[in-house]
Amino acid sequence: MDISLQKVEYRYQANTPFERLAIIDVSIDIPSGTFLAIIGHTGSGKSTVLQHLNALLKPTAGKVVIGDKEVTADKKQKNLKDIRQKVGIVFQFPEHQLFEETVEKDICFGPMNFGVSMEEAQRRAKVAIKQVGLSEEILSKSPFDLSGGQMRRVAIAGVLAMEPDVIVLDEPTAGLDPRGRKEIMDMFHALHKERELSTVLVTHSMEDASKYADHIVIMQKGEVYKKGTPEEIFSSPEGLMQLGLDVPEVVRFQKKIEETFHIKFSQTCLTAELLTEEIALLLKGGEQK
Amino acid sequence: MMEKMIFGRYVPAHSLIHRMDPRSKLMIIFLFVCIVFIANNSLTYGLLAIYTLGMISLSKVPFRFIISGLKPVLWLVLFTLLLHLFLTKEGELLFQAGWFSIYEEGLRQGIFISLRFFLLILMTSILTLTTTPIEITDGLESLLHPLNKVKFPVHELALMMSISLRFIPTLMQETDKIMKAQTARGVDFSSGPIKDRVKAIIPLLIPLFVNSFKRAEELATAMEARGYRGGEGRTKYRQLSWGLKDTSMLIFLGILTALLVLFRT
Ligand SMILES: Nc1ncnc2c1ncn2[C@@H]1O[C@H](COP(=O)(O)OP(=O)(O)O)[C@@H](O)[C@H]1O
Ligand SMILES: [Mg+2]
Repeated sequence: MDISLQKVEYRYQANTPFERLAIIDVSIDIPSGTFLAIIGHTGSGKSTVLQHLNALLKPTAGKVVIGDKEVTADKKQKNLKDIRQKVGIVFQFPEHQLFEETVEKDICFGPMNFGVSMEEAQRRAKVAIKQVGLSEEILSKSPFDLSGGQMRRVAIAGVLAMEPDVIVLDEPTAGLDPRGRKEIMDMFHALHKERELSTVLVTHSMEDASKYADHIVIMQKGEVYKKGTPEEIFSSPEGLMQLGLDVPEVVRFQKKIEETFHIKFSQTCLTAELLTEEIALLLKGGEQK
Repeated sequence: MMEKMIFGRYVPAHSLIHRMDPRSKLMIIFLFVCIVFIANNSLTYGLLAIYTLGMISLSKVPFRFIISGLKPVLWLVLFTLLLHLFLTKEGELLFQAGWFSIYEEGLRQGIFISLRFFLLILMTSILTLTTTPIEITDGLESLLHPLNKVKFPVHELALMMSISLRFIPTLMQETDKIMKAQTARGVDFSSGPIKDRVKAIIPLLIPLFVNSFKRAEELATAMEARGYRGGEGRTKYRQLSWGLKDTSMLIFLGILTALLVLFRT
């Protein structure tokens, strides 16, 4: 399902003294199958953008096109459930939304709201709980007896079980340990490939963004500061550094080498392997001379 | 989703009313609640209305905003008016259509009582719109201080109040957040049959309660860890200061009271 934001503006509490312009003139295209990463400082409007992707927020100006539905400021929308089932959002700290007596019931909650039968929902729960790296035994436990990391995984499983076409992730690994982070990100990436989903990831980790995403959008003060492929974004990291944003370690390392030895590699390497090859090539070249 | 509510919200600004001592504001509100009952004719109600409008314009909070924020309460005011219109059967008959009749006294009382109600709401809204919750509690604690003598736990009361007030916005934000999260999981809070909507409350309330208990526990631990031991010997970072404006505002209210007493019938 294609999603596209066209010159979207959103004001919180419009027409009150508390009015706050959160995003302005945001245009992003998310064709089916894309893995898009959104990066930006806290308060730059990332979460606000995400909430437009399944019509939780209606733009105060501009247009959001989700599949064949258009969402604009003045149009009353009916039947948003369809959109909500196809676009699953994992909110920041999703463990705060758990409420059922058992993990299984909580995972089944979403699918059953969208009219899936109990049996089918339970089958999906079994699949989803394994996908997020937990064992089936947990299904019968109370979600409130679990550790923070386990709760997070259960909450994610609850969204996966809705079997959405588009998965939207708001800092899904914030506050997890490094191993948990890698496991979860790898899981989302595998899922993205396997089910041909569209994935939208908000993250503070440049490593994750460069490793998993085909496209990156940088948000700054409610506006799109830059968008492009990871190579395009990180090939001129100076701008990012000026914004105070991180750049992947590999890229920083490459820049340092280039500065120190006054050379220029043929490309911006986003993985250690690529950079190693480039350096090896250079060293061999040096010997030959 | 709950954005329009203005009850208990603070609008930062630098108006005269904002800069007043919370103690004088609390005293004025308290006195106002009493003197509202002195008014009993058009002239005295007019004076009260002018006074209230004057206070609003001094507070620099846009009138339109106050009204739109008070919409839910306005229904209550309207209800009061209708109740009196229909139920009071005294004075001259003004209008009749079948069983439905309106009497002069009913109209009079309806207008006066709903106006009284409305003015009270406006004045209290001005207080909360121009005074931070912390200021209100500080003011209250200071005003109630004499009660310490009779072993009334003034400080604890103030602390409880400031903690609750402090967490109202947090709770609102969290409600909004969880509502959105559950909406994304297919819950419909705003349409559908009543039965379903009542059921939709559960996925909202349980996380709210769980998170609140967690937060309360964390807060208690944090306070203990920093050696909180109650109010004894505790000094204040924010000092209250009573100024000329506070005295003059109270005197002004005194004049209003005198006028009300003079002109009531
Ligand atoms: N519910 C809300 N009410 C009012 N303002 C909000 C609300 N949510 C976010 N904002 C404001 O909108 C801006 C963007 O916030 P957000 O989208 O959450 O940023 P990010 O996710 O990038 O940290 C911030 O300035 C924030 O203060
Ligand atoms: Mg955010």
